Amino acid sequence: MKLAIALVLLVIATLLFHWLSPWWFTPLASNWGAVDTTVDITLYITGFVFVAVNLFMAYAIFRYRHDPSRRAHYEPENKKLEIWLTGITAVGVVAMLAPGLIVWADFIDPPEDADIVEVVGEQWQWSYRFPGEDGVLGKVDSRHVGPDNPFGMAPDDAAGRDDVLVRNKDLHLPIDRPVKVLLRSKDVLHDFAVPQFRVKMDLIPGTVTYLWFTPTRTGNFDILCMELCGIAHYAMRGQVIVNTGDDFNAWLAEQPTWEMMQGRIAGDPSIGEGQYAVCSACHGAMGEGNVALNAPALAGLQGWYLERQLQYYKDGVRGSHKDDIYGQQMAPMAAMLADDDAVRHMVAYIESLPAVDMQSSLLGNVAKGADHYVTCGACHGGEAQGNYALQAPKLSGQHDWYLKRQLANFRSGIRGAHKKDNYGNQMVLMSRALHNEQSVNDLLAYLNTM
Amino acid sequence: MQHTAIADQIDTMHDPDTFITKYVWSQDHKVIAIQYGLTAVFVGLVALVLSALMRLQLGFPDSFDFIDPNSYLQFVTMHGMIMVIYLLTALLLGGFGNYLIPLMIGARDMVFPYMNMLSYWTYLLSVIVLLASFFVPGGPTGAGWTLYPPQAILQGTPGYDWGIILMLASLAIFIIAFTMGGLNYVTTVLQARTHGMTLMRMPLTIWGIFTATVLGLLAFPALLVSAIMMMLDKVIGTSFFMPALVSMGESLDYTGGSPVLFQHLFWFFGHPEVYIVALPAFGMVSDVLATHARKNIFGYRMMVWAIVAIGGLSFVVWAHHMYVSGMHPAFGFFFATTTLIIAVPTAIKVYNWVLTLWRGNIHFTVPMLFAIGFIFTFTHGGLTGLFLGNVTIDLPLSDTYFVVAHFHMVMGVSPIMVLFAAIYHWYPLITGRMFSDTLGKAHFWFTFLGTYAIYLPMHYIGVLGVPRRYFAMGDTDFIPESAQTLNASITISALIVGLSQLIFLYNIFWSLRYGEKAAHNPWGATSLEWQTKDVPPHHGNWGDKLPQVYRWAYDFSVPGAKEDFIPQNHPVSPEEHTAGEAS
Repeated sequence: MKLAIALVLLVIATLLFHWLSPWWFTPLASNWGAVDTTVDITLYITGFVFVAVNLFMAYAIFRYRHDPSRRAHYEPENKKLEIWLTGITAVGVVAMLAPGLIVWADFIDPPEDADIVEVVGEQWQWSYRFPGEDGVLGKVDSRHVGPDNPFGMAPDDAAGRDDVLVRNKDLHLPIDRPVKVLLRSKDVLHDFAVPQFRVKMDLIPGTVTYLWFTPTRTGNFDILCMELCGIAHYAMRGQVIVNTGDDFNAWLAEQPTWEMMQGRIAGDPSIGEGQYAVCSACHGAMGEGNVALNAPALAGLQGWYLERQLQYYKDGVRGSHKDDIYGQQMAPMAAMLADDDAVRHMVAYIESLPAVDMQSSLLGNVAKGADHYVTCGACHGGEAQGNYALQAPKLSGQHDWYLKRQLANFRSGIRGAHKKDNYGNQMVLMSRALHNEQSVNDLLAYLNTM
Repeated sequence: MQHTAIADQIDTMHDPDTFITKYVWSQDHKVIAIQYGLTAVFVGLVALVLSALMRLQLGFPDSFDFIDPNSYLQFVTMHGMIMVIYLLTALLLGGFGNYLIPLMIGARDMVFPYMNMLSYWTYLLSVIVLLASFFVPGGPTGAGWTLYPPQAILQGTPGYDWGIILMLASLAIFIIAFTMGGLNYVTTVLQARTHGMTLMRMPLTIWGIFTATVLGLLAFPALLVSAIMMMLDKVIGTSFFMPALVSMGESLDYTGGSPVLFQHLFWFFGHPEVYIVALPAFGMVSDVLATHARKNIFGYRMMVWAIVAIGGLSFVVWAHHMYVSGMHPAFGFFFATTTLIIAVPTAIKVYNWVLTLWRGNIHFTVPMLFAIGFIFTFTHGGLTGLFLGNVTIDLPLSDTYFVVAHFHMVMGVSPIMVLFAAIYHWYPLITGRMFSDTLGKAHFWFTFLGTYAIYLPMHYIGVLGVPRRYFAMGDTDFIPESAQTLNASITISALIVGLSQLIFLYNIFWSLRYGEKAAHNPWGATSLEWQTKDVPPHHGNWGDKLPQVYRWAYDFSVPGAKEDFIPQNHPVSPEEHTAGEAS
């Protein structure tokens, strides 16, 4: 009796929850309205069955609840009824399946004139490659991957020279143009998913997979990795930024080609040494840092990290948050470096400075810190030595008070929350795994041992 | 056709006389069943605690220092693997399969009692190896219960060094244990049925367990070979599943392997595994429903064929777990079609359960509450499967919480509802005591309503687009903040459901000692296990003489009969209406 009422109430509650819920598909931004229609058809059919079966069951258990004066009906089977039910179910199944197969046929068959873009996944970042003027993507091979060739471009393939390489989590696409996205992974499985486009597909190392869609409105749409790819899986994010055709072309023209990347000049430390005089006022002559001036150690940091940070300061990606007091001091300093070449010379000089020993300024439980560090070590390395492939800087040899403040800044979004801060976005997510000061101190105490 | 030759041999029975041979190295299927059951419940409680930890993180992110991205993935992985393999498979087949097969078909024991004993101890070893991974450097694997390579064995995944090795070893050991048990169940059902117990007189419980075991024997080898091959990839550097790749900036020596091959092998096991869990549950719930509704199961023959059809089809649907895996996209057409076809026999089962209630005389006992609850949760979970099985709908929903909600409804909550129904239903037989009805009902309401409060909203989080296996969602442009409120409410429901299982544990252990003594066949059931001379049944089950079966297992409320049930071993009287004889 109670159960019959409960079943009826659950059916009503389910329907109400569905109708009143603000939680449903995010608004569509691609041509795949047919996917939503398929979902709707399935929703109505299954919803009807759900309501019908459960209300019938509720009625049955109410109507035929135990009564000592009565006996159950003895009816082993009823062929006619069973055949009818089977038939109706089969019709319902066909009604759901047919649209699904039709849409799928469309989905796996990209239009002939679709633009091509390659999405490259690796732990735990996205990057992109456009075919350039010749319309052909150059050959790639994981054996060629290295710091100077992150995409693994085949050195002697002419088709690759004009390929546009976007080593950035943001993918710009033009509106209303169908695009065939080729998916490639350097390391493990990933999955390229954009909820507003209703598409997703895994990336598999050793294979190129694909999907296609046509963006139908401008705006920013999150890319999420949806295939478990390790500890920082949840921090593997990007964005598709859909532009008008003109805006897109302007953006694309700013991106370097493979040929341009190869042609970059190396930094000259002797030029950098002259530029460094300004820096030494705060960071010290040997780049050892200065607690009184809140300046971190620079000696020992990897050049690619220094270069990125200097660019971020120059571009207002870092040091522009209103609460980032010390970052605000640094930004105008970085702006004094006139161009990319100046940045590289400076970095070349700092890289030549020998690493310095650090004093620890806080107390923590090293063993507990080691536990916390397991997650950090996935990117920053077991010895906190940093890793170019993961774009994770070296942490050992850095002042603990500086690291502590950066962790706090990441947590509160003072650092890393800028839309263009590729890896800072990840640190914002990762830094939230530690919640109290003691945990942070423990972690830093452990780092001080390395 | 009947095979009673083995069943009649009573002289080959071993004769336990010491405490050790009775309760530890026991070859009695009932003792082994209880050993399996207790071990499975214990390890299941570990997995329950792991799920609570996960839910704490998801419901209240930024609150707990003892859950970090590394340990979160370990919790996810161990929870999933333990629940699917070490709890559900072990409890349904090793536990209930062992207890019920000989008793329901009228045998004295399994046909290979010694192997049966070995099966349990091997299973226990697999559990120990699995749990040992919590104590090795790096902890257990966090590769997700699907253990997809390459990441499962590469740096960047929790437990990539020791945890994954112990996981693969434990699975291999489990499969050996299952194979010993499984061969036993199948042989016993085929060879040791008592006089008159034709296949089409077997209770649906036996049909479910039997078919599931056949599925297991065919499906587990796929998991075994994939575990062995991955172990070789990990330990000696072969490249079965590993293509040339760059890990953490370094080119590894692997070349030419296929990660997708692993997925095919895994799901060739993994999908039948769903039915290895579901079919015994289908069978047991059928018998609970019929018994407590005092009515024959509706459409018995159709039910048997549905079980067999579902079992067969379950081997040709596996790649519906892989629609967006990057396999050849044309596979989508085939696997979507086979998958939706499976909905037909499954729907028939649901209809027949409901029609069994129709015009019944329903006792709302605790097992019956759980059985009816099962129909509700299974209907819900089955219907959401029609979304995910339809290839196109996987585009927005695959790898989101919709999937998590779906499979928890259909192969988590539903089989567990049946397990509770079954434990309460057979408790008087197994222990000779009655459980507390009040506590049982409280347990039902908390579990039934609580799990729905967990999983109904979870589907909507998935529809929003929230991915599974995310330690934290952080900020996105498309997920409203209210989703976090929903997550917090799910966590609270989950904690309540988790805690309410203490009512169950208290009930079954308290009743063991203080429960009312159970009457003989307290539910008025027809099947053989309730017709033993002693309750609980003694070693050898039947005393001197095996029962003779005269009818199917569903002669409830037969018109003209004195009582509203006629046990299978009662001869058919001349005046009796025999329309129900389905053989």
